[in-house]
Amino acid sequence: MSLLATASMWIIPCLILVVLTIATAKRLPTYELFVDGGKEGIGLAISILPFLLGMLVSIAILRASGALDAIIGLITPFLSFIGMPADIVPLALVRPISGTAALGMTTELIATHGPDSFIGRLASVLQGSTDTTFYVLTVYFGAVGIRKMGDALKVGLLADVIGIMASIIVVTIIFGA
Amino acid sequence: MNYIWAIMAIGGIIYAMINGTMDEVNKAIFKSADDAVVLAISLISVMVFWLGITKIAEAAGLLKGLVRLAKPFIARLFPDIPKDHPAMGYILSNLTANFFGLGNAATPMGIKAMEEMKKLSGSPKASRSMITFLAINTSSLTLIPTTVLAVRMKYDSQSPTEIVSATLLASIISFIGAILIDRLFYEIRRRKERHL
Repeated sequence: MSLLATASMWIIPCLILVVLTIATAKRLPTYELFVDGGKEGIGLAISILPFLLGMLVSIAILRASGALDAIIGLITPFLSFIGMPADIVPLALVRPISGTAALGMTTELIATHGPDSFIGRLASVLQGSTDTTFYVLTVYFGAVGIRKMGDALKVGLLADVIGIMASIIVVTIIFGA
Repeated sequence: MNYIWAIMAIGGIIYAMINGTMDEVNKAIFKSADDAVVLAISLISVMVFWLGITKIAEAAGLLKGLVRLAKPFIARLFPDIPKDHPAMGYILSNLTANFFGLGNAATPMGIKAMEEMKKLSGSPKASRSMITFLAINTSSLTLIPTTVLAVRMKYDSQSPTEIVSATLLASIISFIGAILIDRLFYEIRRRKERHL
């Protein structure tokens, strides 16, 4: 177990410890505050449900029909032509749309190519350095009832493109192809 | 968003008609609806827990302390938000949680940040700060990519954490990229409005 892996396990309990210690030292009604703040969470989670359900169903239809794979199949030759490793293209395309699908692909890439291979490392970095843009937008805008997203989707997706390119370049430089 | 949402479903269904995958689509509709409910329910536990802790941290003045630390940086990113506004505290705790790989703590705090930003703008349209906030969020600045580390350990990596520095570097680049793209789109919007 490395230092970082241990750190990731200690971090939440330690955070709770710090917050509670300071609050208690300040003689705050910690338990009441906790319950008070927590109450909001129930309503928020439920209010996100329709947004989440709508988005997940639409994405599921696209995936289950095979249309998503077909689109990926069409784009892959083009992207690998401009220098993107072919194995990684489907993951890069799915990452902003579906978090579960992307994690599934990352796991599969790591399983087949090995975690310490170029593809395995690249999949790891790509998975870790980008987020599911669709999910983030759905949840955050849904929770507060924003209907006009403005440029948010465009900006988010372009940021993903940069993240994907950055992952490929950084992994190539640090670990070699 | 309406278009994208509808096109994903319409495209999928038409594709299924042509390629005979209607059976899969039919199953997927209800399977994913179930998944969404499970996901939302599991969000309840995360939301209640973290919003509870956040409330204590807020009352203890810890969020304010966090804001004071990062003020010069964060005020520049969100020029529309008054410096002492509670939105700043939530935005920072969301970014901090993301940075340490606490994805499930980041979501409730991010939603609180959005609520505060909505109070500021008072409109159903996404405000400038919201777009900036989401751009930063989707680029996910991470020190500890928890999920990936778990997968790498599961498949016996010689060094599960060797990708940490690469991930951090890649996410810093996409973080900066997101901010620049966001600024660019903001400038384009402003120009357009001026011409109207």
